[in-house]
Amino acid sequence: MKKIAACACLAWAGLGFLPQTAGLAQAATPIQHWTQPGGAQVYLVPSPGIPMLDVQLDFDAGDRRDPAAQAGLAGVTAMMAGKGVAAQGAAPALDENRLGEAWADLGASFGADAGTDRMSFRLRTLTDPALLKQAVALAARQIAAPSFPAEVWQRERQRLAASIREARTRPGTVAGIAYEHAVYGNHPYGFETTPETLAAISVQDMQRFYAGHVQPCRAKVSLVGAVTRPEADALVRELLAGLPAQAGCAPLPPVPEVQPLAAARQIDIPFQSAQAHVLIGQPGYPRSDPDHLALTLGNYILGGGGFVSRLTTQVREKRGLSYSVYSHFSPGLHAGAFTVSLQTRPDQAAEAVAVARQVLADFVAGGPTDAEVKAAQDNLVNGFPLLLDSNAKLLGNVANIAWNNLPLDYLDTWTARMQRITAADIKAAFTRKLDPQRMVTVVVGAQPAGG
Amino acid sequence: MPIPTSLSPSSGRLAALGLAAALLGLLGGCAGNAPPARDSATAQAEAPASTGPQQFRLANGLTVIVKPDHRAPTAVQMLWVRAGAYDEVDGTSGVAHVLEHMMFKGTAKLKPGEFSRQVALLGGRENAFTSYDHTGYYQQVPAGHLPDVMALESDRFAHNQWSDDEFAKELEVVKEERRMRTDDNPRALLREQLYAAAFVASPYHRPVVGWMGDLDSLQADDVRHFWQRWYVPANAALVVAGDVEPKQVLAWAEKTYGGIPARAVPERKPRPEPPQPGERRVQVKAPAEQAAVYLAFKVPRLTGVEPSPDNDDALALTVLSAVLDGYQGARLDRALTQGPDRVADAAGAGNGLVGRGPQLFMLSGVPAQGKTAAQVEAALRAQVKKIADEGVSAAELARVKTQWVASQVYERDSVMAQAQSLGSNWVQGLPLDADDRLIERLKTVTAAQVQAVAKKYFGDDQLTVATLLPQPRDPNWRPRKPPAGARLEDMH
Repeated sequence: MKKIAACACLAWAGLGFLPQTAGLAQAATPIQHWTQPGGAQVYLVPSPGIPMLDVQLDFDAGDRRDPAAQAGLAGVTAMMAGKGVAAQGAAPALDENRLGEAWADLGASFGADAGTDRMSFRLRTLTDPALLKQAVALAARQIAAPSFPAEVWQRERQRLAASIREARTRPGTVAGIAYEHAVYGNHPYGFETTPETLAAISVQDMQRFYAGHVQPCRAKVSLVGAVTRPEADALVRELLAGLPAQAGCAPLPPVPEVQPLAAARQIDIPFQSAQAHVLIGQPGYPRSDPDHLALTLGNYILGGGGFVSRLTTQVREKRGLSYSVYSHFSPGLHAGAFTVSLQTRPDQAAEAVAVARQVLADFVAGGPTDAEVKAAQDNLVNGFPLLLDSNAKLLGNVANIAWNNLPLDYLDTWTARMQRITAADIKAAFTRKLDPQRMVTVVVGAQPAGG
Repeated sequence: MPIPTSLSPSSGRLAALGLAAALLGLLGGCAGNAPPARDSATAQAEAPASTGPQQFRLANGLTVIVKPDHRAPTAVQMLWVRAGAYDEVDGTSGVAHVLEHMMFKGTAKLKPGEFSRQVALLGGRENAFTSYDHTGYYQQVPAGHLPDVMALESDRFAHNQWSDDEFAKELEVVKEERRMRTDDNPRALLREQLYAAAFVASPYHRPVVGWMGDLDSLQADDVRHFWQRWYVPANAALVVAGDVEPKQVLAWAEKTYGGIPARAVPERKPRPEPPQPGERRVQVKAPAEQAAVYLAFKVPRLTGVEPSPDNDDALALTVLSAVLDGYQGARLDRALTQGPDRVADAAGAGNGLVGRGPQLFMLSGVPAQGKTAAQVEAALRAQVKKIADEGVSAAELARVKTQWVASQVYERDSVMAQAQSLGSNWVQGLPLDADDRLIERLKTVTAAQVQAVAKKYFGDDQLTVATLLPQPRDPNWRPRKPPAGARLEDMH
């Protein structure tokens, strides 16, 4: 479901790969990095301006680690990790309600979710010493000893299954499911969480999954807030202290790569709705690809830059065909999809598809103009400080650097590297990555054009 | 969201009434507002030298509010206009929102799309939002480019101009927006019908996006007239937050907005909602798997930070909503969505608190499999009755207050959130420090007050219930053969 939802995000998603650091530092953003004895890698940007702290702990335990028959395992494991804590020593067990009350009483929040690649735990708390101490202690208990209560899972499974069935009544969901199957084939990025796969998941499966992935030696911990390095080091130790220590940290099994599409494919699904939903795309590239920055800049021009992109200009501004039209890449540890998305009145679907395809084909074949590249660089480079002007944005950027093993000065060199990209670089990168002749096109709910 | 034309679900009433109105959302929606301007443009801003907001008023009547935050070299400009769907009349519903779209379509000096291109070149992000009570426009930019976007925004405020052809194209975009947000979204349709039933004379009767039939007949001049009527300096507030100095912003405001001629704000007809003489029920049939039910109770709105019977009750109702639904494990969660015989998959509560028009306290729920909307309705009302009968605990009261106080600290992390709060407070006529003062007021709400409002406002006669009746899609439905002739009808 998360993956489906990801298809629906609007254009700034296209900038998600951008570093967002902290407005706190303008010229350079000093990220402190160290490795703890237990193997956890810590990344810190002190931000003393507001008495608050944000912490994100990332583990290689995202959806890509789901078994096919248990699609959704990572997501429900993260969700259920917030549904109760087992007794530990003198500390009594807490059920989901006691836990919710405890966090509310602290004015703090803590939770986990799973994306395609990562399982992320996020803590936001005030740094008043008494509150901070309690919040860290509670988060540590929750990380160490989630109780995965079976009766709560029964209930949550029913709720999730009902919401999946509800979502399938919407044209956007139907389009997203068909699209992901077609683009990813049997790669885990394309696994669909269904009532059936949820039925195949037990709390024992969650406990195994959790124990096998949420380990100190695999943790990437990012912190932004009003704490010093010694304080940060101590609190990260405490957060992870209850997890079993690992001797060494054997690599997790490799996950296969996404396979390129062999041929173009058109999927038309009849559907009775006020709009037709259109998705066009193919596997893109992994985040580690050296073309990443050129593709980021290029996609801003093609369909990521809000009102000023080619797709918006042609589909929305010139023809009034769609409220939302955009393109985006979703690079992860594997080749996440490149996707063009739009919605339009059913009888306009064919026209909108034709326009979008033409814009895409022209861009891949011809690349951007120098003027377009200059305008895009102006936006991304001038706007760079906007990506770093809050603790929350800074945390996202630090965690991005941590997760993708980027250099610590990544943010400091970003604008200079962006400035060096040329129209030829973008054209070459798009030609390497995209083939408009081998794309999936999903159209849900089209009608023939009226007479 | 780089798409500069959203109906703002994130500000004001729409969000506050959502299924899961978060505490922050409620406060954001209820917070802030614009104090009657007390300073002249050149005069003493009385705020301290720290980072508190300062307020000025230009000679032409425009309010200017500046909130310095020097953590990062960025700034946000928001222009708030006290005109939204609330100011529309029958037959042209949706015109405030269409105007928001058309504000991107040019001025005497700028061609269509040029505004956005220039903001983009400056490194800016921009968007706009329309709600019942207001319309807002914003750009986030590197602080050094603030004067540039102030020049752009003041230009389109005063000189918005576009062709009938541009209007015709953009109107189709707006219709697509309505199809996406409402017509293909059964719960949005349900909310639309709920408001239409709960309010008869109040403009809240009509959806912000407009009825499709009204959009079909909307004319370019309807939009121009709305702009001419309501976009006057005395009906707007410029809010700037970020790495700026108030005096400098004021000087730039004089230079850009200051030249716009003063005009009188047109008379506003109050259009009060008549007393509701009895319970109302509406049903919506739409393609869905799950039913849903919304219960809307008429409640007082908060009109100021000072104590008064209505203001006190409005605050107590907000505390009541938080006790019901403010955190994981709050009362609605426990009573409706847990246990072997649970009735609901989801349940929520929210209090409108502030607005230019009458306010609602909403309860909402989605039945669990095998349960009915009627059972959910009864269970929701039983939880309010339980508080009316037995009151709330000291721990619950302390808990929701702790959350509000913490949320005020977290809000300081976002200059956008700060500007949003200041702007929406101005729209509602609340003072510059309304957020802090409302938190202080909330901290004084007693358990007895919460119990009293639970007793007072949740009878049958002030209630409107909207129920979604899920319909299967016709399995034999197929696209019709061309040519179908007339334009396609919408499905709902």
